[in-house]
Amino acid sequence: MTIAVRAESITKTFNGSQKALDQVNLSVNHGEVLVVMGPSGSGKSTLIRTFNGLEAIDAGQLEIVGIPLDTDQDERQIRRIRRRVGMVFQQFNLFPHLSILDNITLAPIRVRKINKANAEERAHGLLAQMGIADQALKYPSELSGGQQQRVAIARALAMDPELMLFDEPTSALDPERVKEVLDAMRRLAADGMTMIVVTHELGFAREVADRVLFMDAGRVVELTDSSTFFTQAKEERSRRFLNQMAH
Amino acid sequence: MKRKRLRWLEIVLAGLVLTLVGILVNNLAVNLIRTELGLSFKWLWQPAGFALSEHTLPYQPGDSTAWALLVSWLNSLRVIACSIVLATVLGVGAGAARRSLNPLLRQLAGLYVGLIRQIPLLLQLLFWYFVAFLGLPSEPMAPVGTLVSLSNQGIAILGLNLSVEFSAVLVGLSVFTGAAIAEVVRGGLDSVPKGQWEAFRSLGIGETLGMRKVVLPQALPAILPALSSQYLNLAKNSTLAIAVGFADLYAVSDTAITQTGRAIEGFLILLLSFLALNLLINGGMQVLNRIVVRPAQRT
Ligand SMILES: Nc1ncnc2c1ncn2[C@@H]1O[C@H](COP(=O)(O)OP(=O)(O)OP(=O)(O)O)[C@@H](O)[C@H]1O
Ligand SMILES: [Mg+2]
Repeated sequence: MTIAVRAESITKTFNGSQKALDQVNLSVNHGEVLVVMGPSGSGKSTLIRTFNGLEAIDAGQLEIVGIPLDTDQDERQIRRIRRRVGMVFQQFNLFPHLSILDNITLAPIRVRKINKANAEERAHGLLAQMGIADQALKYPSELSGGQQQRVAIARALAMDPELMLFDEPTSALDPERVKEVLDAMRRLAADGMTMIVVTHELGFAREVADRVLFMDAGRVVELTDSSTFFTQAKEERSRRFLNQMAH
Repeated sequence: MKRKRLRWLEIVLAGLVLTLVGILVNNLAVNLIRTELGLSFKWLWQPAGFALSEHTLPYQPGDSTAWALLVSWLNSLRVIACSIVLATVLGVGAGAARRSLNPLLRQLAGLYVGLIRQIPLLLQLLFWYFVAFLGLPSEPMAPVGTLVSLSNQGIAILGLNLSVEFSAVLVGLSVFTGAAIAEVVRGGLDSVPKGQWEAFRSLGIGETLGMRKVVLPQALPAILPALSSQYLNLAKNSTLAIAVGFADLYAVSDTAITQTGRAIEGFLILLLSFLALNLLINGGMQVLNRIVVRPAQRT
């Protein structure tokens, strides 16, 4: 099994408005890093949120890490997928009433039934990997944004996911904090993690992405390997976007 | 400027309140002089002379009125405490159900809250007493095995027999207050950012566990103050028990006042007893607040 995500003409409309996703086709291999770009409202978040069942699709077919996800959201299938797919949000979404350690070990202990000592040992390892080994006993509000986002990544990794979804993970950070998060993601990619990343960070995309998906108005405008995208994008719409971003 | 206006408002309000109190005290004094009774609490130590349909401590009509009042206060306390527990279970369940992923559960909970809040509590108590409980067969029914059985004699739980009056008040108060608590809980859950739900769901954590470990702890600071005011409402509403003949503090005080004609003293005692009850509830909630909210507020 080498396909992490297969989407066939998936469509999504939020009550009455224009289509957030319009016949999107996509397939992502294991070990691949895909960056998703596009203007605001183009459907980037909606797309990756369908991959772990946070949004239901109206039509089309989805298969995530080998598990089919139909339009009628079967709660059991979704939970099977969520156990194997991590997600990192723009706003971190750490649990504010739990310590960093408890944030990371909650799901492994309760969902994967790993014993507490092992879960905590793994959590300390992940925090070290994220460069914040000394923060385990603090609470989220005591950490900087960049540190919180790295905890969020560690929390997702603690479930040993096969696929990681990132929705603008650095957009809520102070500029000087962006690099520490991107560096952590770079290391993750280097370790062979399958990643789908919505981001406006051109440097990261150019350097880390295998392919770039460019969306507009819910449609796939261009899906190509990243060197092609950044040097000779086929579509006028993509080139305009890149031009804007560069300034 | 706003401060100054508020200060003026306070002075005017204080003036009004003082005038009202003055009128009341004056009335009281005039009445006392006219009836030539004076304030007296001697009657408390005379035999009550009436029977109580239920009592947790030994009681006979020959016992003093004070003893009758204490026994009835314990009856009130008992039904209030039990109702608080049952109403909380119902309310938290129904409030959580209104934010469940299951549409049937959501609708059922919505129906419960909507319906119960439309009907006056007195009517509901009468319904539970005359229709629901007295309408039951005299042969006990056991819907959930031998743990609980229902009949027109009341409820029996694990061999503990609850009178039909107690049962009707318990169920009536709990169902009524449960609906209000459900709204409080729903409001609390809604105060927790959507991202928290998405975060626990994304980790493969199920709805029940996520509610318990992630959402509810964060909702509690918003829920607890409103919850204690619902508990106080419940305590006050328990005086409606007189309608179904439950021997609570209010019903027994009423009888004693009728018998002795000591209305002012009787109401003073009622007032103080309810004050004690409310202080008890408030104190309990403050302890709970300290235990639950402090650690959760480290945000
Ligand atoms: N919960 C929702 N209810 C209604 N409409 C929504 C909802 N979420 C997204 N939309 C709409 O769907 C479209 C796609 O939104 P989406 O959030 O996926 O865009 P995006 O590319 O992630 O934009 P951004 O860069 O601003 O995050 C937009 O028109 C948006 O208004
Ligand atoms: Mg978005």
